[in-house]
Amino acid sequence: MTILNNSDEIKKSEIELINHHEDYRIFGLIIFLIADGMTFAGFFAAYLTYKAVNPLPEGSIYELELAIPTLNTILLLVSSATFHKAGKALVNQKNDISQKWLLVTASLGITFLICQLYEYFNLPFGLTDNLFASTFYALTGFHGLHVTLGTLMILIISWQTRINGGRISYKNMFPLEAVELYWHFVDGIWVILFIILYLY
Amino acid sequence: MTILIDNKTKVKESLQPKGFLRYFSFSLDHKVIGIQYLVCGFLFYLVGGTLASAIRIELISPLSDFLPRDVYNQVLTLHGTIMIFLWIVPVVNGAFGNYLIPFYVGARDMAFPRLNAVAFWLIPPSGLMLIASYFIEGAAQSGWTAYPPLSITTPQSGQIIWILSVLLLGGSSIFGGINFIVTILKLRRPGLKLMNLPMYCWAMLGTSILVVLSTPVLAGTLILLSFDIVAHTGFFNPALGGNVVVYQHLFWFYSHPAVYIMVLPAFGLVSEILPIHCRKPLFGYTTMVFSIMGIVVLGLVVWAHHMFTSGTPPWMRLFFTIATAFIAVPTGIKFFNWVATMWGGKISLNSAMLFSCGFIINFVFGGITGVALAQVPFDIHVHDTYFVVAHFHYIVYGGSVFVIFSSIYHWYPKVVGKILNENLGYLHFALTFIGFNLCFAPQHWLGLNGMPRRVAEYDPQFQFVNQISSIGALLMAISTIPFLINIFISFKKGKIAGNNPWNGLTPEWLTTSPPPVENWEGEAPLVNEPYGYGKDYLSCK
Repeated sequence: MTILNNSDEIKKSEIELINHHEDYRIFGLIIFLIADGMTFAGFFAAYLTYKAVNPLPEGSIYELELAIPTLNTILLLVSSATFHKAGKALVNQKNDISQKWLLVTASLGITFLICQLYEYFNLPFGLTDNLFASTFYALTGFHGLHVTLGTLMILIISWQTRINGGRISYKNMFPLEAVELYWHFVDGIWVILFIILYLY
Repeated sequence: MTILIDNKTKVKESLQPKGFLRYFSFSLDHKVIGIQYLVCGFLFYLVGGTLASAIRIELISPLSDFLPRDVYNQVLTLHGTIMIFLWIVPVVNGAFGNYLIPFYVGARDMAFPRLNAVAFWLIPPSGLMLIASYFIEGAAQSGWTAYPPLSITTPQSGQIIWILSVLLLGGSSIFGGINFIVTILKLRRPGLKLMNLPMYCWAMLGTSILVVLSTPVLAGTLILLSFDIVAHTGFFNPALGGNVVVYQHLFWFYSHPAVYIMVLPAFGLVSEILPIHCRKPLFGYTTMVFSIMGIVVLGLVVWAHHMFTSGTPPWMRLFFTIATAFIAVPTGIKFFNWVATMWGGKISLNSAMLFSCGFIINFVFGGITGVALAQVPFDIHVHDTYFVVAHFHYIVYGGSVFVIFSSIYHWYPKVVGKILNENLGYLHFALTFIGFNLCFAPQHWLGLNGMPRRVAEYDPQFQFVNQISSIGALLMAISTIPFLINIFISFKKGKIAGNNPWNGLTPEWLTTSPPPVENWEGEAPLVNEPYGYGKDYLSCK
């Protein structure tokens, strides 16, 4: 072991040590997201099985419009990019810019939820109308719950990235990284959901 | 790095209550959490055992004269759910995993102590909630499988509480699984290689992978089921266009791996106990590791063998029969490894060893009936009969619970610092082993002759065999008494164990008994040969 005689170097090594510990948390989060993904996998498997073996009875309505979900897909994909921007800004120690990008991301998430609700209110079928209607609401609703939680977490960390007194800075990246990973995961699930539910 | 974390942990520890009270606190110490899991699980075991006794008392006579029929259904549902989700899963994973894994990897605590405590404290409220549901309009009546449409048509409140409590327990299980995977893969002491870890680590790694991959699917399924019950959607309700078989597929995608979640850690624990009491290295370490991982992979693709009578298409029957038969290969490898570990060893037949031997005998028997059940023609004949009940009790009681008792006899000296009384241990083992086999072996015959499970009444021709079975259950109930007496008496007056009463080489024996808060006074020892018995450096302190 080399003897550290420079205080900056000690600081740097301390940061490295903390980062080393945070690595576990990201790893744990990845395992959690795999578990969460398995819940969605179960839902998708159920939906695809229904599609294969349970034909809709005569006269039931199950039609989906593509306009709003396509807009929603674009919104979420853009929000992933803006979140990435926020992370980059934080690495460069620019908390104010990071905070702005986070707020942009959160507003994209909120827009997504508003669009989703608009779609819900304008669909020609309700939750209990038929099997596919139920599956549609369960899947998009469960995903919407994830987006809601993600948006709330983004709002919290954007408050925590403020310059005076915020907990999150380039020294403590973990909360932002964790939420970013979660957000990308939710986006990825949406893309699969969009393909399976709307396009397939 | 370690220094930094250790200081943090020390500060946290100094804020925790001391002495007996810490077992009732939100403690972050992995050893305290392990004991909490074990004691909490054992209390639920007593509840589940009482329910089992009620079932056996009811079955002494062919008519439902002891319990009304709907109460009988509630009792068997609660019995199954409590024994699986509140006794075996938390104890073989949570209790022994939390206590031992940090020692085995040479860490001072689990990777996420706070998450660990949260995972434990989810269990008591959900268990109490489940039991309380009996007193509010009655508990769930649809068995631990909660198959729709039965679970949709029976009284709602009990079923919904059942779902909520299983969701909470599943969450606890997932948090535990995440913790174990990260601890085993990332928190290893520098210099300790994966292939030098004690076998229990591998078993827990495999189990945790199964937990993380399969439990969420059960959670999603139960959410859909609760929609069916509360909002009257039709996911699993054929009257509304749904499909009950989808529920069965999703349910067994969790619940078959759940069998391995209950029994893989038991395999690991036995692999720790046998070498110490036989004074021989564990036979076939590498094959053991690969067979655990083989069971993990195969265990995920055999679920439909529970559904051979659910209109399963022929190709699916073929695939799942073959896949299930394949599981016998890694399991057989493990069985032969244990026998070969004992072969020619200097065996001391103490209580821990007796329970382990009992495990091997019962487990082989359960495994053979398992291979038989995997065959479609046979399975169709005995599906939903007492043959199945006998089979899985041989696996989960004869397998996992025997190992739990064996482990308690084996690690009690480490946890408490005193050795359990051997004579009471022999009595406990004799009562348990005879009672268990008397209770469940005759049930194979009942099943082959067509006595259906989960029914309060039966054909009078089965009465005599059912009475034998009930006598066995009585012996099993009595067997808890010497065990409890032993635990309390040895706690007060037991022989002082010393640090290493069994002359073990695995790391937990190389510290004081009971271990200090941070597991070791100094550096964690580097144990590269946890099973190096019979070698020159046998003399350990």
